[in-house]
Amino acid sequence: MINSSLKQLGAMLASKQVSSVELTQAFLDRIARHNPEINAYITVDPERSLAQAAAADERIARGEAGPLTGIPIAQKDIFVAKGWRTTCGSRMLENFIGPYDAGVIERFDAAGAVNLGKTNMDEFAMGSSNETSYFGGVGNPWDRTRVPGGSSGGSAAAVAARLCAAATGTDTGGSIRQPASLCGLSGLKPTYGLVSRYGMIAFASSLDQAGPMARSCEDMALMMNVMVGFDERDSTSLQREPEDYTRDLGKYAGSDRPLAGLRIGLPREFFADGLNDAVARVVQEAVEQYRKLGADIVEISLPNTRLSIPVYYVLAPAEASSNLSRYDGVRYGYRTPEYTDLMDMYCKTRAEGFGDEVKRRILIGTYVLSAGYYDAYYLQAQKIRRLIARDFSQAFSQCDVIMGPTAPGAAFRAGEKKDDPVSMYLEDLYTIAVNLAGLPGMSIPAGFVDVEGKQLPVGLQVIGNYFDEARMLGIGHAYQQVTDWHTRMPEGI
Amino acid sequence: MSLSTEDVKRIAHLARIEISDAEAEATLQKLTGILDLIEQMQAVDTTGIEPMSHAQDVTQRLRDDVVTATNRRDEFQRIAPAVENGLYLVPKVIE
Repeated sequence: MINSSLKQLGAMLASKQVSSVELTQAFLDRIARHNPEINAYITVDPERSLAQAAAADERIARGEAGPLTGIPIAQKDIFVAKGWRTTCGSRMLENFIGPYDAGVIERFDAAGAVNLGKTNMDEFAMGSSNETSYFGGVGNPWDRTRVPGGSSGGSAAAVAARLCAAATGTDTGGSIRQPASLCGLSGLKPTYGLVSRYGMIAFASSLDQAGPMARSCEDMALMMNVMVGFDERDSTSLQREPEDYTRDLGKYAGSDRPLAGLRIGLPREFFADGLNDAVARVVQEAVEQYRKLGADIVEISLPNTRLSIPVYYVLAPAEASSNLSRYDGVRYGYRTPEYTDLMDMYCKTRAEGFGDEVKRRILIGTYVLSAGYYDAYYLQAQKIRRLIARDFSQAFSQCDVIMGPTAPGAAFRAGEKKDDPVSMYLEDLYTIAVNLAGLPGMSIPAGFVDVEGKQLPVGLQVIGNYFDEARMLGIGHAYQQVTDWHTRMPEGI
Repeated sequence: MSLSTEDVKRIAHLARIEISDAEAEATLQKLTGILDLIEQMQAVDTTGIEPMSHAQDVTQRLRDDVVTATNRRDEFQRIAPAVENGLYLVPKVIE
């Protein structure tokens, strides 16, 4: 059961082979057994989850079930959920009980899915290893001494360790795709504006986007059908006709060269210095598999992507410093116990409530926005952001999708990069440009590398043009029909 | 662009984050590394390039000026650190 796809689980629920309560309890039992070691969840609330499951069973009995009704989904602890503790991985929100539901939570609730719990994450989604969480690091199920990636590290570990049927993540610079790569699962960051940011605790608002983290492209397509949709409470939510994200899953069936005519662009900058050799080989083999499926491979260039990390580390901290100014110890969240006056209360509350990485980024953001530096940093970064976006639009005149590595290496050891922010930032070398341009990007399992006797998963990144998610999922699904990397399971779970 | 510990303390004050001398010293080293990374941007000629603030070329939506949200003061104040009579409490700011 724990290895069943969402579609299979839906069929089992529909045929009463299993109830949602039984399914939810089975996952809760697994969480109770494995979470003390993996720490994928910050909060589980069996009573709430089982009540939702019981309601789902009634809905199924009434014949009103949708594809995800009764299926237990883990929610990243960045989504405010009514009655649920919602921490965003921070001491600042350690005791924050959500007073309302995020748009994403509402949509899963309306679909009848069960909220299985809130997953661990880097504090305020700032990190690539889950080590900045106030609630402790997360063990990578493939090697517990290694990180799961981040910031959606808890969601990634929960999916990989079969502690949920699927999970949500958010991605500001790679936070869905990099952990998906490091934990051997499929993760998709949709086009900016498709999924509501309402109630999704803000980090860098012009880049933040939620998406699915699951075991296959088919599962992700079903989740996209639930997650995507206009929300008037999010000022950047896009008003578009609803799409069926499963529509391309069957498109390539029954042919030897199902992807004939598809042009895959490989950016030469993605295979240059900085990429681990063994990872490069896995990615090349995946591309070779696509060639066998009939795709044409073309070399492209994204000359300005090398600037994406500097640009990101101006724009994201600038937006974060503004967004995180709301944590003042007055209306909600942590307040320091001892203070002399209002200023002292603000300064102590924020010094004690935020962790080191969050403080660093607030300071960087405050600095680049401060008087006299705005043009040199913020404005210059916004101009280069346009150059980066233009690189992609030029590339998409030569190819239909872009492929390359998701992350420069496999999972690294806990502690290895913790005290070196710049080396940690380089984890997102291939993912950040996609957020800057607002494009959809996904990571799918493409193989393993041997690192010190352990088999560690490696992801292939697929970047599409705006609103091309259904095609990307179809292309990913075609690959997952002829490979079994996405079905592999870590030992000891 | 090189920062001093005094700069770090000034920025921390702007951000309303208390910082000790020792923390400012440690933070300075890390910030310097990050600013060196950012400095790569300065070599790029961006003359005539329009700044990009948003991924999609859309304009701000407007809605009719009607009440859409209900009053949920009690619910929202239940999670506040200190409230009294429906008001948020802060240290005295006016003598």
